[in-house]
Amino acid sequence: MATSDPGMTNPNDRLSAAVPRRRFVEVLLGGGFLATAAAFVYPVLRYLVPPKASDLGSDSVVAGRVGELKPNSGKIFRFGNRPGLLIRTATGEYRAMSATCTHLSCTVQYRDDLRQVWCACHNGKYDLNGRNISGPPPRPLEGFEVQVRGEEIFVRRRREA
Amino acid sequence: MSPLRNVRSWLDDRFGWDDLVAPLRKKTVPLHRLSYWYFLGGITLFLFVIQVLTGILLLLYYRPGANEAFESVQYIMTQVRFGWLVRSIHSWSANLMIFTAFAHMFSVLFLKAYRKPRELTWISGVLLLFLVMGFGFSGYLLPWNTLAFFATKVGTEITGQVPIVGKPMMIFLRGGEDVTGATLTRFFGFHVAVLPGLATLLVLLHLLLVQRLGISIPPKLEVQWTANPSAKREMKFFPNFMLREMMAWYVALGVLGALAAVFPWNLGVKADPFVSAPAGIKPEWYFLFMFQTLKLIPPKVWFIDGDVLGVLAFGLVGLLWILLPFFESDQPSRTKRWITGLAVFALAYMAGMSVYGLLAK
Repeated sequence: MATSDPGMTNPNDRLSAAVPRRRFVEVLLGGGFLATAAAFVYPVLRYLVPPKASDLGSDSVVAGRVGELKPNSGKIFRFGNRPGLLIRTATGEYRAMSATCTHLSCTVQYRDDLRQVWCACHNGKYDLNGRNISGPPPRPLEGFEVQVRGEEIFVRRRREA
Repeated sequence: MSPLRNVRSWLDDRFGWDDLVAPLRKKTVPLHRLSYWYFLGGITLFLFVIQVLTGILLLLYYRPGANEAFESVQYIMTQVRFGWLVRSIHSWSANLMIFTAFAHMFSVLFLKAYRKPRELTWISGVLLLFLVMGFGFSGYLLPWNTLAFFATKVGTEITGQVPIVGKPMMIFLRGGEDVTGATLTRFFGFHVAVLPGLATLLVLLHLLLVQRLGISIPPKLEVQWTANPSAKREMKFFPNFMLREMMAWYVALGVLGALAAVFPWNLGVKADPFVSAPAGIKPEWYFLFMFQTLKLIPPKVWFIDGDVLGVLAFGLVGLLWILLPFFESDQPSRTKRWITGLAVFALAYMAGMSVYGLLAK
């Protein structure tokens, strides 16, 4: 009974003391629920993001062998886990560039009839230096350095200046 | 009492079966010269059921994974008895379902059935259409052939164009930076678990709303029938309309079976990340209008990348499309003509761009 409680003379005082207590329990419970929810949601969100693939490997690959390509032709080679394009121009020079179209990442090809690099997906065209010259591609293809060492054609990423 | 009646009265005693089905008994369908458009939603639902059934059959032999997927579909098509037919039906039915879903949407637009109080029916329907396209996109990759590989590359790259959230979304969809076997695994999960779950929920909501709100009447007729109630014509849903609907399903089944048997679906060539995209590559017909639009936008518009602009524009149109009912008048006598105009334009644009995309080199 409120009146028999020695410390409490007015029942209203007791009520005002009870409200913060209730609030305290609410915050405790609510906070606990939020923490539980976060403990579930955070790992799930992290789980959804795939782990980063391991490094592309070396910066230099053997793209082909001398004599494999006729003048005015091209081939796709593996550069790490991405495709690259090795071209032998009509004059016999070697050129190499990324084969991933800068538009929507289809794999480009060398067209001997146009003497250009062409993307079949959206009709984008690049010149033999990888510069975008017509169609939707917004940027040039990344160019690679070509070195012929003995029988092998090495392709390496250009060093950033 | 017949055994069937016995079962019914047993169920009725337990949980009031008769009360539960009473609304269905009272359900009617308005009768007018455009009534046949009401069949389209039901046909789409029928094709969805066929997708679920044939999808379960395919699951018995299909194996996701870059080294197995193509081979397992090949196995289904060459070794499993009637496997070619089941897969062909699944592919054809998918295409027909997308077609009927689009047709259903446009019929609802032209008959102005999206008006108050059916806004939520419209929204759930448009979301279902997007889901169906998601089914198409994710299912297309599963045979792991060259066309599918590049379609997925381009499609997910388009997602990547969206500012800020695009790149993380693309990585989430692909399961990495590139389209690989990891993408296939994810798409398989979306196609057979996530999307079917969502679609089932939305279909139930859609049907519940249709049941609750009854079938819409074109506004002109609504005005006439309100003024003169004796002119009103309608048909009982059970069994009259349902039997007609089932006849439509039977026709759809016939068309589907003929297409699947006479033009079996191709498998194509196994995907190889280290070959060039083949000449003449195109997406499925229902993405063709977007594909062609993206092809026509110049690389830079003012200072924005053409693709970013295209993707944002399509996103905005999609959002406005969902909200379309909220631009319409509540009064059947004062419906907005510009919405009909917009629908005509959208239909003409989609059809025109698709044909252009089909013919363009």
